[in-house]
Amino acid sequence: MDLALKPEHQAFADEVREFARKNLSPATKEKTLSGKHYDRDDHVVWQQALGRQGWLTYTWPKKYGGPGWGVTERYLFENVLAEEGAPRIIPFGVKMVGPVIYTFGTAEQKERFLPGIAASTVAWCQGYSEPGAGSDLANLRTRAVREGDHYIVNGQKTWTSYAHWGDWIFCLVRTNTEAKPQEGISFLLIDMKTPGVTVRPIIMLDGAHAVNDVFLDNVKVPVANLIGKENEGWTCAKFLLANERLGIAEVPASKRGVGMLRALSDDPSMAERIADIDLQVQALEMSELRALSTMALGGAPGPEVSTLKVRGSEIQQRIAELAMEAVGEYAAPYQPGMLFHDTNETPVGPDHAPPAAPRYFNMRKTSIYGGSTEIQKNIVSKMVLGL
Amino acid sequence: MDLAFTPEEQKFADDVRAFVKANLPADVRDKVKNGKHLDRDDYMRWQQALGKKGWLVYTWPRKHGGPGFTPAQRYIFENICAEEYAPGIIPFGTKMVGPVIYTFGSEEQKARYLPAIRESTVWWCQGYSEPGSGSDLASLRTRAEKDDDHYIVNGSKTWNTMGHWADWIFCLVRTDSRSKPQEGISFLLIDMKTPGITVKPIIMADGGHEVNEVFFDNVKVPVANLVGKENEGWTCAKFLLANERLGIAAVPQSKRGVEALKDIARAEQDNGRPLIENQSFAEKIADLEIQVTALEYTELRVLSQMAHGGQPGPEVSGLKIRGSEIQQRLTELTMEAVGEYSAPYLPGLLWQGTNEAPVGPEYAHLAAPRYFNTRKTTIYGGSNEIQKGIISKMVLGL
Amino acid sequence: MDLSLSDEQKQLQEQAERFVRDKYAFDARRKIAATDRGWLPENWAQFAELGWLGMSFSEDDGGYGGGPIETMIVMEQFGKGLVLEPFLPTVVLGGGMIARSGSKAQKEALLAPMIEGKKQFALAWLERQSRYNLADVSLKATKEGAGWSLSGHKGVVYNAASADHIIVLARTAGSAREPKGLTLFIVDGKAKGLSRRDYPTQDSLRASELTFDKVSVGADAVLGKVDEGFGVVEDGVDRAIVALCAEATGCMDAINAATLEYIKTRKQFGVAIGKFQVLQHRMVDCFTNAQEARSMTLMASLKIDDKDSVVRAKAASGAKVQIGKSGRFCGQSAVQMHGGMGVTDELSVSHYFKRLTMIDLMFGNQQHHLTRYSNLAMAA
Repeated sequence: MDLALKPEHQAFADEVREFARKNLSPATKEKTLSGKHYDRDDHVVWQQALGRQGWLTYTWPKKYGGPGWGVTERYLFENVLAEEGAPRIIPFGVKMVGPVIYTFGTAEQKERFLPGIAASTVAWCQGYSEPGAGSDLANLRTRAVREGDHYIVNGQKTWTSYAHWGDWIFCLVRTNTEAKPQEGISFLLIDMKTPGVTVRPIIMLDGAHAVNDVFLDNVKVPVANLIGKENEGWTCAKFLLANERLGIAEVPASKRGVGMLRALSDDPSMAERIADIDLQVQALEMSELRALSTMALGGAPGPEVSTLKVRGSEIQQRIAELAMEAVGEYAAPYQPGMLFHDTNETPVGPDHAPPAAPRYFNMRKTSIYGGSTEIQKNIVSKMVLGL
Repeated sequence: MDLAFTPEEQKFADDVRAFVKANLPADVRDKVKNGKHLDRDDYMRWQQALGKKGWLVYTWPRKHGGPGFTPAQRYIFENICAEEYAPGIIPFGTKMVGPVIYTFGSEEQKARYLPAIRESTVWWCQGYSEPGSGSDLASLRTRAEKDDDHYIVNGSKTWNTMGHWADWIFCLVRTDSRSKPQEGISFLLIDMKTPGITVKPIIMADGGHEVNEVFFDNVKVPVANLVGKENEGWTCAKFLLANERLGIAAVPQSKRGVEALKDIARAEQDNGRPLIENQSFAEKIADLEIQVTALEYTELRVLSQMAHGGQPGPEVSGLKIRGSEIQQRLTELTMEAVGEYSAPYLPGLLWQGTNEAPVGPEYAHLAAPRYFNTRKTTIYGGSNEIQKGIISKMVLGL
Repeated sequence: MDLSLSDEQKQLQEQAERFVRDKYAFDARRKIAATDRGWLPENWAQFAELGWLGMSFSEDDGGYGGGPIETMIVMEQFGKGLVLEPFLPTVVLGGGMIARSGSKAQKEALLAPMIEGKKQFALAWLERQSRYNLADVSLKATKEGAGWSLSGHKGVVYNAASADHIIVLARTAGSAREPKGLTLFIVDGKAKGLSRRDYPTQDSLRASELTFDKVSVGADAVLGKVDEGFGVVEDGVDRAIVALCAEATGCMDAINAATLEYIKTRKQFGVAIGKFQVLQHRMVDCFTNAQEARSMTLMASLKIDDKDSVVRAKAASGAKVQIGKSGRFCGQSAVQMHGGMGVTDELSVSHYFKRLTMIDLMFGNQQHHLTRYSNLAMAA
């Protein structure tokens, strides 16, 4: 057992840091460090730079164009990028649909879709949740009816992050209404430009527009866009959710958050609360490293990664809460200009005040999305504890 | 609305204080103040003094021999008794079986049992839980079979508090095994001296003996000892549990406990200063004190509702939940204040009242055992999970 | 970076598991706790034979070249069995401090026999007023010819009654609570002028109050340098904390396993109570807490040999905060989910609960270490 980095890993970390400093736009970095919202270009420009370097798909195996890194390289890559203020990689292409396609897709599908994901030239979004299917995802009702070599899709998806920026959406749709809920679902890729696709913004409690409703009205989708077999989409869905839960702990960003908190306050009782969350982040990081270490030895991430998601989301929320506490009453002024636009307005209160409360409000989502905390605990209770 | 006491209430408070000062035996007061264990005689001496004054059954209505206190007077009475380090009144007679008897009992039963409860000449205990029936009380299996003018009782009861000191036990027994669980239960009074009753101690995590298992082996109980109708004992049981939940919040004791905790925090050293000057620790005490205040005002609101003719509803479950959590937090902070000197385990001093010298200050050896023992408060009288189940169903309609 | 155990370490783990399984069933432990010593010499002899007493010492010191990971492995299993033998005071604290700071003569006289199972130690640092401040020492050592004379009081000294030698933290210079001016002395357990009041602790260990009335020791009794004892004891305690965290991790695994088993089998309302979601989620929280405790213990075990004392101190304090928090949660939850049975002496659950509670209070509780960690992190 050893925590120390080998010299080649140290060199690797230096290389990643140098790359980030050269390629990350200062404006984007400033948004990260001040907690402002990014626009589409912030993400695309950065991700395309990573794509050109071959690093965007850093979790992919070599044979699908990934760099084939080990656990240590991945860990260093994520941490160095977080420290350098890079935006997180939008997961829908790289971490979600990409692995589904290279695991369950045909050779044609791989050839057609993977390059656009790896280069970040195509933006993906996720069509999972529906108004009546949240925690109970298998209850989804969006119908896909086969007509010749097409499906006709009708229904509604919701909580679709960045659908307004998306070129493609991957959807869970119902292809068989007779079977058990999980057994009649298929995994379908849909071009967002297809007639009948409408996107309606949902404005969040902090005023931000990040998620949407997506309406599908007689949308014609080629059968060639079906991943895996018809009615076996639940397998892809479960595979994707397990993958999602690992990265969702967001440890590197939380580490950066703790560092930023420390700079905000020197009140001793605040310092203790920061120390407490600092230690929680360390515990989470060690738990994640232990899971990765098991994976490196050939083990698969088990359902216990659900606990990483639970703790990761609680920690992100606590950091946002403490940042707001540190600001005090100056968290009250609502300053959308400072949040969403590159204005030269002077903030009311300190520079870090405008995003504090909106961020706290917004981060409440982390214990709800990707399977709520309650659902994650059900999973662990059943799959790990056998209750 | 008015928080201030009226002149009459103020006068009443003075009377109560004078009474307690004059009648609470000094050695009993000393034991309560130092958190020592009381023996049967300690409780009896104090309760009998209260009985003579007519205050032991301070929650009873006048027509059954209670003093007819208003809710404000009850509040004053309980608080002053706690402030003056009176022992808590053992509830099994006065707060449990007494009200059941005057509500559901026959005239003969009232005449036979109530005076001794009012005067504390008979010690009662409770036979409810069984090894297989804890939270799910209605699944109880102790059988009572009618044999002419007697019941023959067979079975066992557990978590029986102070049964080793008791003269009588009130029991829930199954008199009909064919109906639904709740419908075949009866409420029976049993003399502990009846042949066939065995009491076996259960030793608690802190090494103490306060609860027992009670075994019934062909115990012959006169039918005259049945309270209410046969197979309708569940009504008595529910009535009693609702009553129990009210007092179980133990607000006056917790208020006293906070003051005792502050005394300990003043006596303990931390980097050469009294611990109470440590900001983190002082904040923990403040946090607890605010919780106690919130609980007290919630209880006052319930009492005020009752003064205007309302009945305590299922929301009193909330009082039990918070009250028990607060009692636990109090013992936890006390142990934290004492620090490593909580570690010595001195059973002689703790249980046998020997003259063994304490290790460190007198209060130190009690801190950890009390913390361990107080874990029971979120379990007994209907565990907090069960209480939340009740609120969720009965108050929130979930 | 590599977080997997080596083959030798896995063997050690299996060996320790076997010991606990064979020797520390619940009733067997109760019997050991009731003996005069409170531990079994035959078990201690077995530790020596298995090499556990020497495993974490260098080969130069007569050990087998292991380190904190080996200690972690064994302590974790000890936690599962609530093992009573005084491994922590003797090997981790006493042996460790002598190995790091002792003279050649002290190592020969004390460490080598300890590894053979022939000597035991205790560390006397706490005094009535000290709380968790290691420098709050008033027991005085004054020069007496070539040697020293010790007078004062020490409290809650674990294993003092069995210890052949007691390592005593005494003030030789400086004012109250000043770290400079503290010196460690190795005192014979039967020294003239040393009296003990022995007692059991809440968790069935043995400890003592010690009174020193002009106890004379030679100049060779000083461990490390005169007036420089604070750093030695602080480092020793930090390492003991990490070992204690491993023990707590084992306790948590055991108490969680017992609780899980209980809620799967205990039936109320016609179903196993583990079918109720409110208990399921609490059980998951216990599981998560134990995972985090294990993670922090591993982190601290990997860092406790770091060259930088601030890194070591932060690692120990950080792990202790987690252990305090997780231990309390798992302990209280286990009792609650066991219902009345949880507060009796009859099941193992209350014994694990008591041990976890006392571990939090030992060498500084959660609050103390949070403050310490916070101050170290702010200074960095």
